[in-house]
Amino acid sequence: MTNRPTEIDGKPVEPADPAAPGGAVSPAVAADEADAHGRPIGRRIVLGMLGLGALGVVFGKHLQDAENAVLRPVEEHDPTGLSALIPAGDSFRFYSITGQEPQRSAADYQLSVDGLVERPTTFTMADLAALPQTELVEDFQCVTGWRVPGVHWAGVALPDLLDHVGVQTGATALQFTCFDGAYTESLTLDQARRRDVLVATQMLGGPVSRSHGGPVRLYVAPMYGYKSAKWLSGIKLTSKVIPGFWEQNGYDVDAWVGKSNGRSDAPTD
Amino acid sequence: MPGSANRTGEAMRPPTELLRFTRSERWVHRTTAADMGICLATAAILYIGPLSTAIGYRAIVEWIHVIAGLCLPVPLVIGLLSKAFRIDLGRLNRFSSSDWKWLRSRDRRAGRIPVGKFNAGQKLNANFQLGAILVMMLTGSVMRFANHWPIAWRTGATFVHDWAAYAILAVVLGHIYMAVRDPYALGGMRTGYVPTSWANREHGAWAAQASEAHTRAR
Repeated sequence: MTNRPTEIDGKPVEPADPAAPGGAVSPAVAADEADAHGRPIGRRIVLGMLGLGALGVVFGKHLQDAENAVLRPVEEHDPTGLSALIPAGDSFRFYSITGQEPQRSAADYQLSVDGLVERPTTFTMADLAALPQTELVEDFQCVTGWRVPGVHWAGVALPDLLDHVGVQTGATALQFTCFDGAYTESLTLDQARRRDVLVATQMLGGPVSRSHGGPVRLYVAPMYGYKSAKWLSGIKLTSKVIPGFWEQNGYDVDAWVGKSNGRSDAPTD
Repeated sequence: MPGSANRTGEAMRPPTELLRFTRSERWVHRTTAADMGICLATAAILYIGPLSTAIGYRAIVEWIHVIAGLCLPVPLVIGLLSKAFRIDLGRLNRFSSSDWKWLRSRDRRAGRIPVGKFNAGQKLNANFQLGAILVMMLTGSVMRFANHWPIAWRTGATFVHDWAAYAILAVVLGHIYMAVRDPYALGGMRTGYVPTSWANREHGAWAAQASEAHTRAR
């Protein structure tokens, strides 16, 4: 640290060096005027940074992939969660479009299924548990780049639920609503008939936590994470696709991993 | 403090101040700083998990972040209307031989090497920030308007944007730290004026050259 005895008491005092007493001293003048003739290092810094940035955009994917490979084992065994602050890596990040994560207990939970169905039904957790159960271990890929490998999922396969309520002819799509009161999602009926689309009641070996969208969330294995709506509270069969929240904000409605949103991630199904 | 004589004992010259930053220049600094603050705060909310969950409203926060980011160069461009600002941009661009000497010396704070209006550290900071603003706008645009670019670019842009954000945070914190350590430098940006004695010590070449018209009595 530099000592500044000339600043004692917070008052400006004369400079300690009597050779530079405020009046014009010729070498000093020369120095400031030299600013006008110095080399344009500033411009080179700015242009250099722009060049590096552009190179990073074009080739950064390879660096990011290498970084992920290094950090993946670290993040999987990091009890502090601090490694999630490193801009890379494969751990869940929690997104919510409303002010607070909504909360609903398993006891109070209800899932209503209506629209173009034969038997509109409201399911409790016990009702869902009574339906055939499906388990999956699949990756979770976010459209913003992070991916969590080998996540364990369990719940009711959406086709089993649809068979239970009966789909009317004329239904071609599903709209999902959530008890945060804001989020919506969509699938075509064909997509919803896949066996790897779950109404998930379990995740990572236990009940779906509040932050992960519990007690019940959607999991659409072959698509980007925004399709896997958290805090699921309603399924409506519709005659056409009604784009969901992020899809109204520019993301693709058909969100196949690696084949949409301009991304080339490895498929997750 | 009344009556306290200074070290050299030549007390009776009335203290004077030099105009360091005009009103326009201070406006450019303040608006850019505020906008950068918004960018960093919203970035933290978007990026740090516990903050994301505590604050929520992801779409709105993202919107604020993008708008604030695109606005970053606006005060700089408006500032070009000010001659004082344009002159200072020229000063920040050029590195004189005394800048290099200052940068290499171990006692650069002793005032032994009279530097111009900006020392080499301030020049590096300013040029880094300008470059960073442009890089963040470039990469941020690739991320936000992803469908217009080759597939891998978005990942690359995210990579650059993330790491550059940490670099910017470090430099901004360093900038604030240096300013807080030096109340006269801080006051110079707050009021526009610095004590002539401070200018003599920290920016000897500039102080020697600054005209009488820019001096006022305290």
